[in-house]
Amino acid sequence: MSLDRVARERLVRALAASVIEHADELTSLDQAIGDGDHGLNMKRGFEAVLAALPGLADKSLPEMLKAIGMTLVMKVGGASGPLVGTFFMELGKALPGQPSRADLVAATEKAIEAVKARGRSEAGQKTLLDVLVPVHALLAGGGDAKAIAAEAVQAADRTTPMLAIRGRASFLGERSIGHMDPGSRSASLLIGAAIETLKFEVNT
Amino acid sequence: MSNVGIVIVSHSRKVAEGAADMVRQMVGDAVPLAWTGGDVDGGLGTNVAGILEAIETAWSPAGVAILVDLGGAETNSEMAVEMLPEDRRARVLVCNAPVVEGAVIAATESSGGSSLAAVKRSAEEFYA
Repeated sequence: MSLDRVARERLVRALAASVIEHADELTSLDQAIGDGDHGLNMKRGFEAVLAALPGLADKSLPEMLKAIGMTLVMKVGGASGPLVGTFFMELGKALPGQPSRADLVAATEKAIEAVKARGRSEAGQKTLLDVLVPVHALLAGGGDAKAIAAEAVQAADRTTPMLAIRGRASFLGERSIGHMDPGSRSASLLIGAAIETLKFEVNT
Repeated sequence: MSNVGIVIVSHSRKVAEGAADMVRQMVGDAVPLAWTGGDVDGGLGTNVAGILEAIETAWSPAGVAILVDLGGAETNSEMAVEMLPEDRRARVLVCNAPVVEGAVIAATESSGGSSLAAVKRSAEEFYA
């Protein structure tokens, strides 16, 4: 996977657009089972990321990802700032400048472990891990871009019948059942945007 | 001798400030104290930059105990602690205690010159 400056800027813009354009949807998901600020928070974070362009895309891929993560940590607020921000920061720490698919698999695994530690959570608790973990499994298992993008969407859908164990939604207990987890939805949007932009080659 | 600093982190500025007022009234000025609340736009929420600033304000060589309200306050506080310089990181602890009661109890314990570990334990034991 070779990402020149133009591709890096395109990636940043696509990631930001994916959450900014869906901010209202994310907020209404969060109004159902959280505190209703997820869309606004993610939008604020990614607007700050966009504001760091074009300089942001001058950085190497790892440095760019770390900078995105730091911006999200500082700007998003809520629990999603540290969680999504940690994912980007750890991905940046683990990826080489021109990563192969194997590099991406390994780096994503490290980033997911860091998110688990940050949220003291595991898959199955109605969080973004319920998207990250199955998507990673498919990435590691050789799924193609289309299949991975589809899995991201389906994995977010699968959080709907889940019982929330972590986060604000867990206060609702069984009433959290029947609503999609907003953090899973934003994770699936970001993954979808990344795949669409990168169109990474399965075997590189 | 320096007493352990207390940082109050709430989603609401008013709650954080009010809890700090209670601490001041009950234990006076013997304890370094700072509070932060709200997201970066001033709405309900917590933010890492605000927490880092509060830790700096309440800094004590004896360490700092952080009291938080809901989940995001805890996650953001833990993130802030990790972003501290390495020599300070181990001297800041997030307490698993109710924010108002915990802050008052932690500050009371701190005002007597107790260690960071003892301050944290007192705050956490009160409702355990």
